[in-house]
Amino acid sequence: MEIQAPGQVQATRGVRTYLRSHMRDYGLLFALIAIIAFFQFMTDGTLMRPVNITNLFLQNSYIIIMALGMLIVIVAGHIDLSVGSVMGFVGAFAAVAIVNWHLPVVLTVLASLMMGALIGAAQGYWVAYWKIPSFIVTLAGMLVFRGMSLWLLQGQSVGPFPQIFQRLSTGFVPDIFSEGLSKSLAAMAGSFNFNVLTMVVGLLVAALGIWMGLRARARNRAYGIEGEPAAFFWGRNLVVLGAFLFLMFKLATFRGLPNVLVTMGVLIVIYAFVTENTVIGRRIYALGGNTKAAKLSGIKTERLTFLSFVNMGVLAALAGLIFAARLNTATPKAGYGLELDVIAAVFIGGASMAGGSGKIMGAVVGAFIMGVMNNGMSIMGIGIDYQQVIKGLVLLAAVIFDVYNKQKQG
Amino acid sequence: MTPILEMRGITKTFPGVKALDEVSFQVQPGEIHALVGENGAGKSTLMKVLSGVYPHGSFEGEILYEGQPVEFAGIHDSERRGIIIIHQELALVPLLSIAENIFLGNECASRGVLNWRETFSRTEKLLKKVGLSEAPGTLVDKIGVGKQQLVEIAKALSKDVKLLILDEPTAALQENDSRKLLDLMLELKAQGVTSIIISHKLNEVRQVADTVTVIRDGRTITTRDAKAGLSEAEIVRHMVGRDMSHRYPIRERRAGDLLMEVDGWNVWHPDHAGRQVIRDISFNVREGEVVGIAGLMGSGRTELAMSIFGRSWGRNISGGVRLRGKPLDVGAVDRAIAAGLAYVTEDRKALGLILDESVKFNTSLARLEAVASRGVLDDLRDIEVAERYRNALGTRTPSVSQKVGNLSGGNQQKVVLAKWLFTEPEVLMLDEPTRGIDVGAKYEIYSIINDLSAQGKGVVMISSEMPELLGMCDRIYVMSEGAIVGELPIAEASQERIMSLIVTE
Repeated sequence: MEIQAPGQVQATRGVRTYLRSHMRDYGLLFALIAIIAFFQFMTDGTLMRPVNITNLFLQNSYIIIMALGMLIVIVAGHIDLSVGSVMGFVGAFAAVAIVNWHLPVVLTVLASLMMGALIGAAQGYWVAYWKIPSFIVTLAGMLVFRGMSLWLLQGQSVGPFPQIFQRLSTGFVPDIFSEGLSKSLAAMAGSFNFNVLTMVVGLLVAALGIWMGLRARARNRAYGIEGEPAAFFWGRNLVVLGAFLFLMFKLATFRGLPNVLVTMGVLIVIYAFVTENTVIGRRIYALGGNTKAAKLSGIKTERLTFLSFVNMGVLAALAGLIFAARLNTATPKAGYGLELDVIAAVFIGGASMAGGSGKIMGAVVGAFIMGVMNNGMSIMGIGIDYQQVIKGLVLLAAVIFDVYNKQKQG
Repeated sequence: MTPILEMRGITKTFPGVKALDEVSFQVQPGEIHALVGENGAGKSTLMKVLSGVYPHGSFEGEILYEGQPVEFAGIHDSERRGIIIIHQELALVPLLSIAENIFLGNECASRGVLNWRETFSRTEKLLKKVGLSEAPGTLVDKIGVGKQQLVEIAKALSKDVKLLILDEPTAALQENDSRKLLDLMLELKAQGVTSIIISHKLNEVRQVADTVTVIRDGRTITTRDAKAGLSEAEIVRHMVGRDMSHRYPIRERRAGDLLMEVDGWNVWHPDHAGRQVIRDISFNVREGEVVGIAGLMGSGRTELAMSIFGRSWGRNISGGVRLRGKPLDVGAVDRAIAAGLAYVTEDRKALGLILDESVKFNTSLARLEAVASRGVLDDLRDIEVAERYRNALGTRTPSVSQKVGNLSGGNQQKVVLAKWLFTEPEVLMLDEPTRGIDVGAKYEIYSIINDLSAQGKGVVMISSEMPELLGMCDRIYVMSEGAIVGELPIAEASQERIMSLIVTE
């Protein structure tokens, strides 16, 4: 790889080498866009209707939130099969606490997250300090917590929840701008409603994204660090931010920003930052890349492994709360089999089973790919049988693509 | 006489690099032909071309074997013709028995049902041939690296080998195991087997080889008759393309004050209770001193260093470590690092580096706090540090964002050294710092060690290569079976003295 020099010849070569070495990142993004375009066409535009976009976020929020934790666990070289059960159990716990014991919602939410941390700690302890394979520990956890939610709910569904709890998932951020502005914009957009806040937040986030990208580029140039070719930078931003603003616009013409989207967005940013820009993030990649070498470099590998499971537990608990809030009831079936969707999302997103590689954004895009496919196929009325087959093949294809790429790079 | 093997004008290019450039190479039947060259010179690539790992068509040039042109599509084709390659990293399955390993892929079986009796009796014969007295049913796991190497050769013999290729066969072996292996090569030669040996150990090359071919930068430099007064210095000159009269850079020897002392150090084996691995060891290092630890493999040298370095090995560790007279807390690796210790492991791939990550990632790994503020990494500082050490140590890499797995052994070792130098240690423990790296890179590593000693740091150097210890150290401790059996000032040390101390104990 060379530092991109001025001149047409070098520039095109730079673009080509850059594309080759970043095939995975762009490929994933293009795959998502292609899948969206495909279903948009096949569903006659239903996929991108504001109400469906809102639904897409609600339906996939808990998978994405768990994928953040799962990515870290997988990067650290482990796996967590228990997340679906833990999610269901915590949802059940919250339901019983609120509906049967009449505990305050805020207290219940805090207790539930704490419960998630404890569950993560209980499993992480055996994995980290006793070196019991995570596959086995969390397989046991999967059975245990599935059983415990059945026991807790006595096999019944428990609900409904007070409204404040439901807002966790189905609430929207209220518009703070004047109704007049909203009305006139709604008229312009030709929609019933227009949530100005959503659009303003969208524009601000997009502007912030471009500003941060430009600043990083300027800094890299000043220090002569090789970065993304300019054409790619603008192309990527145009596509990603364009799509983002399009989504925000669609949301604005419906009911605005779902609460859960805000939670999810904030979490994604935090986790992307922690994994890529902090000491602890770097150490997790080192731990997964070569545990022994990491240990001999003074990294407390056991503690990090332990913490990655605690983190997973908390996120699974949060997902459980959101899931329960969305359905407005806790059922013994909640979260059943979801661990596989979460794990699939992370692997579609480019993480390696061996640990040490994978990115938060990859996992998020991977989750969206799964989510859009689920949603699109359901709208098209494709049977669950075919859906499963297609999802399985997509997972396999993504991983084959990965392996093929790696071999080609040699 | 027609050569058994003739490779003509072999050119092999990888994206961006020409690994082999019009290489020609001839091997006569019945000889032992040594292929020498620095790491990255193209020896292994040439052998991979020969054995079909790189199939016909993926390179230019032609191969004549037993007088006929051959086109191998894979390693199976070359094996069928009796060309067998034994790689540096052994390809044995640790949890299978010797017999199972020997006939792996070539099982004595009828219609898929194994014939154990035949497997065992044939194994016994093969083992006798290579001079190995283990039972055929022994798990490969349970025998040492030297014996595993012999099992590999027995496996080759089971396939009616005509041309045996050994890639760095003695790199991981002890003196006496190496000698056994070389004797076996001579014996096979007497039985008519032709061998190609790739080795960095020129004294061994001189012992066994009939012909020497030197490769440098993907080209054949020279092919010489090894028995006609070819000196090691001459080979080295061809290898590096320059005269290297001094294998060890000269250093001003001036040991200062007492720096680190280890007192009454005892360590037990982590898995086998009741097995004491380190017995009551005391030693010290002065400022600016390079102290050697000699001993056979398995004498506890690595275990000693690792147990001192944050108790990374062993159980029930007792004893004291003092730095400038003050007791040190070395109870965990991070505390040992903070206290000023560094340990460069003997196995850089498995224990020293994150191979999938970049030079930059690896360089700052043991001291991330220094390239971060409040837990947030500063990428610029990170790059600056990596560049600084890349320049200081002369690491040859296209950029600091290159994966270390793509670097040659010598450059990987420099990255490991960079990681530990960045922790600014007072005492560096180097475990086999030049294993598996070529002559030129060795010299550079020695120079780095000398620089450290000039800065007043203490260096503990563990090595199986006695000439290296004699060339580099101020003082040598001799270890045998977990205890120190002698301490020799450099003026009194010699290979014979060290060996006799080990043997008489």
